[in-house]
Amino acid sequence: MSEPPVITADSRPIVAAKARLRWDARTSRHLLLYPERGLILNPTAADVIQLCTGEHTVGAIVDRLAEKYAPQPRETVEREVLAFLVNMADRGLIRDQDD
Amino acid sequence: MTEEPRPYTLVAELTYRCPLRCVYCSNPRDWAQHADALGTDDWLRVFREAEALGVVQLNLTGGEPLLRDDLEQLVDGARALDLYTNLITSGIPLTRERLARLKSLGLDNVQVSIQDVTAAGSERIAGHRSFERKLEVARWVKGLGMPLTINVVLHRENLDHVADVIALAESLHADRLELANTQYLGWALANRRMLLPTRAQLDAAREVARQARRRLRGRMEVLFVTPDYYAEVPKACMDGWGRRFLVVAPDGLVLPCHAAHTLPGLTFDNARERPLADIWRDSAAFDAFRGEAWMPEPCRSCDRRTIDFGGCRCQAYHLTGDAGATDPACSLAPAHALIEAARAEALTPDAGVIYRAAHVADGA
Repeated sequence: MSEPPVITADSRPIVAAKARLRWDARTSRHLLLYPERGLILNPTAADVIQLCTGEHTVGAIVDRLAEKYAPQPRETVEREVLAFLVNMADRGLIRDQDD
Repeated sequence: MTEEPRPYTLVAELTYRCPLRCVYCSNPRDWAQHADALGTDDWLRVFREAEALGVVQLNLTGGEPLLRDDLEQLVDGARALDLYTNLITSGIPLTRERLARLKSLGLDNVQVSIQDVTAAGSERIAGHRSFERKLEVARWVKGLGMPLTINVVLHRENLDHVADVIALAESLHADRLELANTQYLGWALANRRMLLPTRAQLDAAREVARQARRRLRGRMEVLFVTPDYYAEVPKACMDGWGRRFLVVAPDGLVLPCHAAHTLPGLTFDNARERPLADIWRDSAAFDAFRGEAWMPEPCRSCDRRTIDFGGCRCQAYHLTGDAGATDPACSLAPAHALIEAARAEALTPDAGVIYRAAHVADGA
């Protein structure tokens, strides 16, 4: 508990205990809820968060999404997924399972 | 207003009863006149109706929500509706066994209030010996693997301890620390001479919090809520009247904010008598300060009117006598001199203290 979280391709992200994903029928979006706040996730972000179970590495998540979002280049998907996950980790909404 | 208002959060004030007597309590000063009128089934229906309206966040609060012996049923019902369920508590009275039960029912987060970093400082504010017990409760929360928010209301007597507050929250492994400066309404307004800090105190504490936020990024969320008395612009109170929040008071009144029933001339409906959706969509009180038609100048032509919504209606009323006035916290408000006078007073402290009345109302 001394270093800020670092998310790399080898990290195995898991949604933090304080956050919970919920489907919102009104907006047809997933919400990531946490104390007194919530994020409305776009479909791609929701795909990423749903894979943050602590089982998959970021690399595996990128593979999965690059397949789903073909013909998007894998590098583009990787860049976006990493940026999103780093942001989520900074907010304490995901953490690395191995930390 | 183009977008239809949607309540995202239901603030369920389960009871105004509380073992603590905090000098800044946000409950109405005549709280003892408001009985706990909603039974378990009433609350469960309120939760269902709120969820149907769009609510996804539920704050179980009070007074002290643990004084309801049906809290377990309420948490169970809330989670069946997939509401993010947050228990906002003094931690008193609670046993580890009851907390474990609440966890097993799906309680999402526990927010424990702490008044200061020493037992003496805490008890002076809370009028009750509770400090050590609160720390124990916070440790139970983390010991059970639940997320923990520590909430500290800031004022002139503890603002200089913010670094110690942060260290205490870290030692408790809190997930989130809310450093919330006092809002000067209700008991806090009565105790303003005692509580309002100086600008120097505030600036120093804000800087401490800013550095901690950076250092603890990703591990502990550190929120610092600036008091509007020193902000020059009003806060977006409740994200705007009747826009994002629903409050249901212990007596069943459905309110846009927890103090709205202190405003004269507004009649609020009761959740026992009218469906929540009707109250939200079609009641004079919820419409009273929605949109911009009610706004006076300088709000009406101000660029910030869609940001701060004219500020806090309760503050406007309790300081100027007019709930429709521009919030005096705004430096452009005609009544801003009232805020400047209060700040000037803060330079000459007054130790007088008024505790929340200890009288306990007959609970339902």
